[in-house]
Amino acid sequence: MVRVEDIRKSFGDTEVLKGISLTFEKGKTNLIIGRSGAGKTVLLKTLVGLITPTSGTVWYDDINFTQLDKKSLREVRMNIGMLFQGSALFDSLTVEENIRFPMDMFKKMTLAEKRKRVDYCLEVVGLEGINDKFPSEISGGMQKRVGIARAIVLDPDYLFCDEPNSGLDPKTSLLIDDLILDITRTNKTTTIINTHDMNSVMGIGENIALLHKGKMAWQGHKEEIIDSDNELLQSFIFASPFLKELKEKAYGHK
Amino acid sequence: MLWRLPYHFGRYLMMLWQAFSRPENYRMYWKETVRQMYDIGIGSIVIVALISIFIGAVSGLQFVYQLDGQLIPMYYIGYIVRDLAIIELSPTFTNLVLAGKVGSNMTSEIGGMRQKEHIDAMEIMGLNTAAYLVLPRTIAALAVIPLLVAVSAMLAIIGGYVATVLPGELSHSDYVRGLLTFYNPYNVKMMFIKSYVFAFILTTVSCYQGYYVKSGSVALGKASTQAVVYSNILILLADYLLVVLLTSD
Repeated sequence: MVRVEDIRKSFGDTEVLKGISLTFEKGKTNLIIGRSGAGKTVLLKTLVGLITPTSGTVWYDDINFTQLDKKSLREVRMNIGMLFQGSALFDSLTVEENIRFPMDMFKKMTLAEKRKRVDYCLEVVGLEGINDKFPSEISGGMQKRVGIARAIVLDPDYLFCDEPNSGLDPKTSLLIDDLILDITRTNKTTTIINTHDMNSVMGIGENIALLHKGKMAWQGHKEEIIDSDNELLQSFIFASPFLKELKEKAYGHK
Repeated sequence: MLWRLPYHFGRYLMMLWQAFSRPENYRMYWKETVRQMYDIGIGSIVIVALISIFIGAVSGLQFVYQLDGQLIPMYYIGYIVRDLAIIELSPTFTNLVLAGKVGSNMTSEIGGMRQKEHIDAMEIMGLNTAAYLVLPRTIAALAVIPLLVAVSAMLAIIGGYVATVLPGELSHSDYVRGLLTFYNPYNVKMMFIKSYVFAFILTTVSCYQGYYVKSGSVALGKASTQAVVYSNILILLADYLLVVLLTSD
């Protein structure tokens, strides 16, 4: 479980996060949604410690993440996997070397053991046999999947995904969503996903937090969305006239 | 710009403080150091060789022109080219050129990693990114650049020979006699001291520019340019200070 208490973050005079308190549950897909500039990325980067909050606390289970010294911070981070928007695979390394990198750096394992683990992770993401390819030789969707494989290679308790569907076609997006959901349920990870993608929201949104101008605007399950009378949520989810019309036809209310 | 200088200097020192800490995994750092040694050494040898031969050749010809008809013996040309190459031209020119080639490459590489979130990815893995990105590059530069400077000095002396002796401006024996005259091993020591200091400056300044680059291609281009400009200024400043320090009685 990851919990944030009254998180605030300012850049100069601009307050981007205005006192957010949230709980991200273990074994569930926790989604952070909101319009561009709502503070989603800043919140996600604050959660993983890439941005230091102006005030407030981030808890990883019973560890106060915001109070950790550098050494302890690194230890907690070894239990975090993160999928980046652009995959962030190292160009000069092959797929296998990319996935192996955290093990090479931190684990005392034989090469054979590491290779076995890499093969297992590639199997989980459905990309067996591409070990020797370079990131530039595979598609964007495959890069995302390799990014997921690298994120889970150390079997983390916490999985963060920053816009996992950006730049992908709807089919590949669904594949990535299913993969994340599957990993979350199988490994019982606390998964936190920052997304704009409505398919993801309606598909895997088990605990959704809507941010608006740096504040919490709504929180709930995907099935509560349709009946919610929160205007910000409705205008965000059913942003296009087509979707609005479709909803009205299907559910008979505005 | 000048009022930002203390801020940048402080941040540069903090980066160095983080960079020179205990590596998480010696084998991985060594692997990266070897890769950097190859890039700096093999990747720069041709340009260093070309420049060195030409600076030696031009120095030789310039002194033939200047000493012609003077009372100073012509064999002094060999002596002047040798000491000029060892004390000043090879360490300074080589490092100024490497600041442009190796330094800007380091800034682009690290800056690109920052912009493509590679550094963030490493941070999340629990890696000390300043150490992993700066330390192997600095060690590689300190190991390889002094060797390049030594090669440069030899090639400059050969360049001087080719430009003065082969066209008949100077005799072979005069040039060689000059080379063997007033030889002071301290000058070689000075060359290596300069090389180490300049190599450290060009590497760490370039890494600093890349490590703290902002987003966007314009920022990356600006950082690469700044890396070269600031490295060059600092190398020339250090050159002056080192000469004052190393030649004072």
